[in-house]
Amino acid sequence: MKEQKQTNLPQKPSRLPLLWGLLFGIIFGFLLQKGGATKFDVIVGQLLLKDFTVLKIMLSAVITGMIGIYFMKTLGWIKLSPKPGSAGMSIVGGLIFGVGFAVLGYCPGTIAGAVGNGYLDALIGGVAGILIGAHLFAVIYPKVKDKILKKGYFGTITLPQLLKVNDWVVVIPVVALLIFILIRLEAAGF
Amino acid sequence: MNWLTETRWSPYIAGIGIGVLSWLTFLISKKPIGCSTAFARTSGMIERLFRGKKVEQKIYYQEVKPEVDWEWMLVLGIVIGSFVSAKLSGDFHWLWVPTQWSQIFGSEPVTRIIVAVFGGICLGFGSRWSGGCTSGHGISGTLQLAVSSWISAIFFFIGGIATAFLLYNVIG
Repeated sequence: MKEQKQTNLPQKPSRLPLLWGLLFGIIFGFLLQKGGATKFDVIVGQLLLKDFTVLKIMLSAVITGMIGIYFMKTLGWIKLSPKPGSAGMSIVGGLIFGVGFAVLGYCPGTIAGAVGNGYLDALIGGVAGILIGAHLFAVIYPKVKDKILKKGYFGTITLPQLLKVNDWVVVIPVVALLIFILIRLEAAGF
Repeated sequence: MNWLTETRWSPYIAGIGIGVLSWLTFLISKKPIGCSTAFARTSGMIERLFRGKKVEQKIYYQEVKPEVDWEWMLVLGIVIGSFVSAKLSGDFHWLWVPTQWSQIFGSEPVTRIIVAVFGGICLGFGSRWSGGCTSGHGISGTLQLAVSSWISAIFFFIGGIATAFLLYNVIG
């Protein structure tokens, strides 16, 4: 019986990947809230260079993540999926994002956490704004696609590929540098 | 289980937890953590409610399909996870205007909402322009040592720090 049921639904895609996404999101949201990153005051405090909570969370996530991801890549367990970029995309888009980051006081991930934390400026104002902004980008996309977004295009390259060296020749010094930055921040009393 | 009801954890514990979570998303879901594409897909889904299937013909929505995917569920999960964490520690509060905002610009919700919409527009537009956000570029991309993500993340903070200083130290 069971087998027959399964063959009756051959086209139906598995829901399992979506459930994993939900589970990982719940853990991510839990950690963001416990870390304080769902709060406007913490994020704006970071951008005003008064409260370094956001940088501490990000750098310790990057250090931990980088070691594990490159370890699993070396073992052949996973493939990287770096995003493509260009000077036009990363610099111009980065600066526009930065303006929004400071004015809104949340980013697209932490705003979801802020909504869960009960912050209504995030739910009513911020989420609506992000959706409008994404819509506006979809509207202008055909006009900028082959122009400014292609200026200085470098694609999905990673630093080890750019420098043409073994991954670990970059991973180890970058991890050391990021740990050094965190130690200096703590030593400076932040 | 006291740690579950604590209001704040060390940022290093939260960060290391997110780092380990990124191992699992790569290993199990074969995807890096990211958030902003989910907003673009939602925007497409909302537009489709009003304009129908022809929205899917738009060049952008051919590349970023307006549908619920893994990342969309991740963002939904963030809302739930943050809610559970905040409830467990008694840190859940309905709040219209953040403290630091009201100290400088007053506690009028309407002003805050209007500015939040404007900030959100820049954030939504900029994240799609650069192809990611503080999670997708700032954490997942930089930990993969992607050149695009290091440049984007640095410019997120250059733009953010400059704007915050202008807003809170010059205007405010």
